[in-house]
Amino acid sequence: MVLIARIGQWFDRRLQLAAPIREAAEHPVPRNTASWFYVFGSAALTVFLLQLVTGILLALIYVPSASEAWNSLQALNHDVTLGWFIRAMHGWGSNFMVAIVLIHMVQVFLFGAYKFPRELTWIIGVFLLLMTLGMAFSGQVLRFDQDAYWGLGIGASIASRVPIVGPVIVKLMLGGPIIAGATLSRFFALHVFVIPGMLIGFVCLHLLMVLKLGINEWPMPGRLVKRATYTSEYHELTKKDGAPFVPYAVWKDLFFAAFILLAVAACAVYFGPFGPTGRPDPTIIQTVPKPDYFFLWLYGLLSYLPPSMETPALLIGPVVVIAFLVLLPFLSGEGEKSWRRRPIAVLTVLLIAIILGTLTHLAGYTPWSPHMNAWSGDSVPDKFLHGSTALQRQGALVFQVKQCRNCHSLGESGGQRGPALDSVAVRLTQDELIRQVIQGGGNMPAYGKNLSPAETTALVAFLETLHPAGQTPARDAALGEAQEKSASAQ
Amino acid sequence: MSEETISRRGLLMKVGILFNGLVATALAVPIVGFVLSSVTRGRANAYLSWVPLGPVSEFPEGETRLATFRNPYVTPSDGKTVETACWVRRVAGEEFQVFAVNCAHLGCPVRWFPQSGLFMCPCHGGAYYRDGSRASGPPERGLFEYPHKVKDGVVTIQAGELPTPGSPTASLLGKKPPCAGGNDLVSIQGSLRASSETSPSLGKKKSWS
Repeated sequence: MVLIARIGQWFDRRLQLAAPIREAAEHPVPRNTASWFYVFGSAALTVFLLQLVTGILLALIYVPSASEAWNSLQALNHDVTLGWFIRAMHGWGSNFMVAIVLIHMVQVFLFGAYKFPRELTWIIGVFLLLMTLGMAFSGQVLRFDQDAYWGLGIGASIASRVPIVGPVIVKLMLGGPIIAGATLSRFFALHVFVIPGMLIGFVCLHLLMVLKLGINEWPMPGRLVKRATYTSEYHELTKKDGAPFVPYAVWKDLFFAAFILLAVAACAVYFGPFGPTGRPDPTIIQTVPKPDYFFLWLYGLLSYLPPSMETPALLIGPVVVIAFLVLLPFLSGEGEKSWRRRPIAVLTVLLIAIILGTLTHLAGYTPWSPHMNAWSGDSVPDKFLHGSTALQRQGALVFQVKQCRNCHSLGESGGQRGPALDSVAVRLTQDELIRQVIQGGGNMPAYGKNLSPAETTALVAFLETLHPAGQTPARDAALGEAQEKSASAQ
Repeated sequence: MSEETISRRGLLMKVGILFNGLVATALAVPIVGFVLSSVTRGRANAYLSWVPLGPVSEFPEGETRLATFRNPYVTPSDGKTVETACWVRRVAGEEFQVFAVNCAHLGCPVRWFPQSGLFMCPCHGGAYYRDGSRASGPPERGLFEYPHKVKDGVVTIQAGELPTPGSPTASLLGKKPPCAGGNDLVSIQGSLRASSETSPSLGKKKSWS
C-alpha cells in the first residue's frame, strides 16, 4: 500500500491533477439533485464511451471500401468470433444514445436548466444532439447495404434542392457524380474522425461548464431565476443544503450507467446486429429502402407533406428548429424553472413527442406506399365473389391484374395508399366509378389509356358489387330508375 | 527590461502571426482545391458521356424494359455501385425514352408495371405514367429522362451523374418538362380505345455492360 501511495505521489508531483480532480469530485451539489431524474447526462456519456470502444473494435475488421464494406460486415457477423456481438452492441448503443440524449434534453428543458447562467451549456448540448444524429446517419451509411445506398440517394435528393449551391453540395456529399467508393470513404472519415473528434471536444466543454456553473438545482415552483441574484442564491443553496457530488449523488449515476450498459448488451444478445440488408447493387431495384428507427419520422413526414411545401419545409424547417433551440435560452433566460408552472413548455414537449411518435408509428407500416406485390399476392376475399356474374368476376380479375390492389385494399389486405374499396359502391355511382377509373384524380393515376372498354366495363361491374349486405349502392338521383336499369344493363 | 525591447518582441510576435497567416493562406489553396475536387472536376458536365445500352432489337416495340449500364466515371473502390439501372421504353421504331430508375421525389428506385402502365415508387408512393409523366404522389415532376440516340443500331444514352431533383443535369435530362399536364384529362371516348401497348408480359431484366 505504501508503495502504491508513493508511486501515486511521484506521478502527482509531476501531473498535479489530484487536487483539481478531488475538488471536482467533491464539489457540493444541492441535495435534491441527487435524483434519478439527473442521471441521463452521465448515461449519455457512458453510451458515448461504449460507442468509442465498440467503434474502434469494429474498425479492426471493417473495410471502408464500396466494394468490400458489405463483405467485411458479413465477416463480422459470421466469421469473426463475437463480431456479431460487437456490431450489435454498436448498433443498439447508437439507438440508446439517441434516445438518452433526447430524454436528457427533455429533462433539461422541463427543469428549466437552460436558463441563466447555463445558456451556453444548453447551446453546446444542441450541437451535441445534432452531432449524435449525424453519427446515427453516417453510421447507417457505413452499414453499406441497400438501405444505406438508397438512403444516400434520398440525402442527395434533399441536398440538391438547396437553391443555387444544391448541386455543389451533392457532389461534395457524394465525393463524385454518383454514390460510389468516394461516398463511403468520406462518410467513413466523418463517422470515425470528424464528428467523434468534435463530439469529444464539445462533450468536454459541456462537462466543464456543468462543473463550473454547478448542476441545476431542483426547480421549485415560484423560485424565479433573476440574472442579478441567481449566482449568489445558488451558492447559498449549495452551502446551506449541499452535499459532495461524490459519493452523495454519484451512486445513482453509476447504477444507471451500469443498467444502461446491461440493457444495450441484452438488446444486442437478444435482437442481434442490424443488417446488413442486401448488397449495395443499384441494379437490384426490387428493394424497399427504409431509414433507421430515429429517422423514420422524417420518412413519414416526407410522405405527408404536400409537394409544394416539401422543398421549403425541408430547407427552412431545420434552420428554424435549430435557430429556435439555440435562441431558446435567450428568449426565456429568466423566470420560472419548474415545469409545474410552465404549461406551454409541457404541452410543446407532449405535442412534439406525439407528432414524432405518430410519424414513427406510421412509418412502421407505410400506409402511403403501394404494396408492390399485392396485385399478384393477395387473394380476393370469397365474400366479394360469392354469387357474382361472369362479368363481375372478370372485373375482379382486371382489378388484380391492373394493380389496383397495390393501392386499394379489399377485406383489409392490399395497399393503403388509396381508400379501401370494400364499400366503394355506396360512395360512388356507376358514372362516378367510370370517371374515377378513367380520369383518376384525387391522387389516383388516370387509367384511361390502360384499360380497354371491355375491361373498364367489367371492372366497374365488379366495383358496383362492393357494398355491405343490405345497404343499397349509390345511385344517380337525376336518372329515373328505369333509365338506370337500362344503363347498367348495357 | 526597456520599452524598446518589449516593442521589438511585440513586433516580432506580430510578424510571426502575420507569417503564419500567410503560410496558412498559401496552404489553404491546395486544401480547398482538394476538398472541392469532386465539384470542380464535374464542371461543364465533364462526368457525362455516352454509354451503350444494347442493340435496338433487344427492346421490343411498345414495351418498357430494365437495362443496366456501367457508369462512365469509375474509381478503383467503387465495386458494384457503378452498375446503374434505367428503364428503356421503345415507343416505336427508333423512337425511345430512357428513364432514370430514381424517383423524381427523393430518388428511390421506381418499378415498372406493364399491366397498368405505371411506374410506382416503393418509398413515398409516387407514380408515373408510361411516358414518364407524373401520375400521382409526392413527386413534383415526371421521371428524369436520359438524353439518348440510336447509333449503328445501338441504343446509347448520355449518363454519368446521379439524377437528383435540383441538379442541372436533371433539367438537362428532361428535355420536355414531363410534368406538364401530368394528370392530363383523358376523354372517355379516347380512353375507350383499346391500348395496343398493354402487354401482359413482365418486363424482363436485361443487362449489358
